[in-house]
Amino acid sequence: MTKITENITALICSLLVLITGAIVVLYTSETGFLLHGWLMIFFSAWAVLTVVRRMNRPLEPKSLEYNDEVIKWGVLGCLFWGIIGFTVGDVLAWQLAYPDLNGDLPWTNFGRIRPIHTTAVIFGFAGNALMSTSFYVVQRTSRARLAGGYLGWLVFGGYNLFVLLAVTGYPLGITQGREYAEPEWYADILLLIVWLGYFWIYMRTLARRTEPHIYVANWYYLAFIVVIAMLHIVNNLVVPFGLEYTKSYSLFSGVQDAMTQWWYGHNAAGFFLTAGFLGMVYYFLPKAANRPIYSYRMSIVGFWGITFLYLWVGSHHLHYTALPDWVQILGMTMSVILIVPSWASVFNAILTLNGAWDKVRTDPAIRFMMVAVLFYGLTTFEGSFMAIKPVNSLSHYTDWTIGHVHAGALGWVAFITFGSMYKMVPWIWKRDGVYSIRLEAWHFWLALTGTFIYVGAMWNSGITQSLMWQTYDGEGNFLYSFMDSVDAMHGYYIARAIGGLLYLIGALIGAYNIYMTVQGPRKAPQQSNNLPVAAGE
Amino acid sequence: MSTAHQKLERHSLKFTIMILLVASLGGLFEIAPLFTIDNTVEKVEGMRVYTPLELAGRDIYVREGCYACHSQMIRTLKSDVDRYGSFSLAAESMYDHPFQWGSKRTGPDLARIGGKYSDDWHVAHLKAPREVVKGSVMPGYGFLADTNLDTDKMRAALVAQSRVGVPYGEEHIENAIKDTAAQADPEAEFEDEIIERYGEGINIRDFDGNRDRVSEMDALVAYLQMLGTLVEVDALKKEELVR
Ligand code: HEC
Ligand code: HEM
Ligand code: HEM
Repeated sequence: MTKITENITALICSLLVLITGAIVVLYTSETGFLLHGWLMIFFSAWAVLTVVRRMNRPLEPKSLEYNDEVIKWGVLGCLFWGIIGFTVGDVLAWQLAYPDLNGDLPWTNFGRIRPIHTTAVIFGFAGNALMSTSFYVVQRTSRARLAGGYLGWLVFGGYNLFVLLAVTGYPLGITQGREYAEPEWYADILLLIVWLGYFWIYMRTLARRTEPHIYVANWYYLAFIVVIAMLHIVNNLVVPFGLEYTKSYSLFSGVQDAMTQWWYGHNAAGFFLTAGFLGMVYYFLPKAANRPIYSYRMSIVGFWGITFLYLWVGSHHLHYTALPDWVQILGMTMSVILIVPSWASVFNAILTLNGAWDKVRTDPAIRFMMVAVLFYGLTTFEGSFMAIKPVNSLSHYTDWTIGHVHAGALGWVAFITFGSMYKMVPWIWKRDGVYSIRLEAWHFWLALTGTFIYVGAMWNSGITQSLMWQTYDGEGNFLYSFMDSVDAMHGYYIARAIGGLLYLIGALIGAYNIYMTVQGPRKAPQQSNNLPVAAGE
Repeated sequence: MSTAHQKLERHSLKFTIMILLVASLGGLFEIAPLFTIDNTVEKVEGMRVYTPLELAGRDIYVREGCYACHSQMIRTLKSDVDRYGSFSLAAESMYDHPFQWGSKRTGPDLARIGGKYSDDWHVAHLKAPREVVKGSVMPGYGFLADTNLDTDKMRAALVAQSRVGVPYGEEHIENAIKDTAAQADPEAEFEDEIIERYGEGINIRDFDGNRDRVSEMDALVAYLQMLGTLVEVDALKKEELVR
């Protein structure tokens, strides 16, 4: 794109959001929608002003450097949503231990704020981490400057506006009631447009590459972008009440809706929380350890195995339900096979570290990454195990699932993010290294302890729960009432909340450490041979 | 394998298309057939569409995120059936846009909660769960009783429902707003009309114990009280349910 078309596209997109916002504000009578209309107006007006102001500026000479400015904001977004998400998660944990903390107000009760947690951590924290590292990785591995100039900003801004609309909507009661797809139709449309922009930037940058081959990390990022687009569209097919209402009804109902939702839901885990982060592993781990990827073949098997199999396993969320048996069996079988490509990635990553074990001891960032891979191995093993029907008859509906989720979320997703951030932040801000290795180590140990406490507590509570629900006395009556099982959870819930608190404190230390790194002195300038070969337009 | 792949990974567009192809198989083979295979949803007697008041209650159930703690899906396992009643049928959620099967039982399953308790019990429990059930971790929802139900919205709601394929006719839609209020008010004179439109066995009464207003509590309790009561599952022959 030339500068002119680029400016005009940016302007049109921002104006569209502005007009939508204005229409909403004029026509709706819902408080929540009104707020969202104003948020849209505010964000897009800001974008319009910025673009217009830049248009008047004389053309700058072609930049020869990688475009890292947008990435810096992505890092900020990641930390910001991370802290919010962990904090709300811990509030939820305390609410389950001490229910009076619900406050009995509409906007503070557990049901409404639980999605704030899941959205802030998945879309806010993990999403910004993926977007920013993918922009970093695609430029370095292609040796090309990021395509699309302003578009990168619009994608970043629009994406975070989406997260903001989502999390401000829930306490006001705006939700589709589908796990991980709670945002309503207008936010979904915004995300779709943003996502197409993201895809465009990624493909254009790849097209400019000066390396003949596309590097493995990009395969995963690409799969993440493409598959999430597909899932997002299909799972959010809804009919709104009307343009002045936030509320909508899903196109599908009952069994079909359940299967569609869990096809989406499990692949939110598979492509949002797995594929994208494997991309991170494939770039940052070898880079940090200064070792080549152990096996190219294993990368191929791992990649296509995951891309093929994940989309079949959604039905393991619906074992013994009204979903037809054949779909359950198929989902179970594919889930068990899924362990193969998953562990291929695990071995590939761990064997890459072979010869760099000393760095695991001295460099907390590499330790973060290594532990992340181990937790990934643990979570996928556990997942394949839980997908077996008789096992699932124990684990389903219980805290065991929550334990599995957070072994993956805390131990894998967040660990690999922290590890990569500790490497990428000094690189893009051109600092010598992180501000304090000691604080980094503190973060590591707090996070690890927190994860163990959290996951350990949930394994115990989950199994306790399921045994109490299924134990009969001699006469064929239940030994425990449901309330007995609720009472039995109390101690575990306190433990989990404490584990979460440690994790949160670790993350706060991490944020402080990264802040101080950015504030610190720049690296002494040196002649860099690290410039992109294909420069911007 | 490696050489073919080395060719593929030189073309970003081909690579992307390959990803899409490989990734779409799962959905095509598992989800698409659910729409075409006839016995996916059994044909059973008794299923009817929600009355506008029940539908409003259901929307509140979704809005408050009750599904975060409650399932509405009794599995075929013995321990599920013994505790919560006959296992859930696909047909029982055929009008559920979206489905609310849930994934977590912090509280008990609600698929067959209808008729298990009195209206008063539900209202007291929803207002202050721990005063009714000691040690409960459920949040209190007293504010529902103090909030008027937005009945005006129900016309648009029924229109949207009919667009996604729920068999509401002209007459249902025309009378949606009136029916919503009337079901919670036994003194209104449209009782017969509601029964004519939605069938026998509709609960028509003041659900929240406050006759002065139609509150969100009325709607939610009306919804809870009909959950799982439509199909007489125990009377069905087991062979008919083979999936
Ligand atoms: C934090 C989790 C939580 C949320 C959110 C929640 N509940 Fe509960 N619910 C429970 C627990 C725990 C119990 C069991 C103890 C009790 O009866 O209070 C329960 C019990 C119930 C019961 C009685 C079930 C029986 O068979 O005895 C009903 C009805 C109910 N909840 C309805 C709701 C509705 C409606 C909502 C949403 C407005 C809701 N709950 C939200 C946790 C929750
Ligand atoms: C081989 C890989 C994996 C398999 C086979 C697998 C399998 C499962 C199974 C069987 C469940 C329980 C479903 C239920 O009973 O309701 C589950 C839940 C879940 N898993 Fe995994 N899992 C895998 C990897 C992961 C990873 C890496 C993550 C990343 C964090 C993850 C995130 C989740 C989430 C978020 C849920 C909860 C969904 C919900 O009920 O809301 N899984 N998984
Ligand atoms: C401080 C750290 C965290 C704490 C204290 C925490 C706490 C919680 C709590 C209390 C719940 C509700 C469980 C229930 O309903 O019983 C929950 C759910 C969930 N959390 Fe977290 N969480 C944390 C971090 C994360 C992270 C980093 C992620 C993802 C990247 C994550 C993803 C999820 C998901 C997907 C669910 C829904 C699980 C399901 O429905 O099965 N959490 N969390």
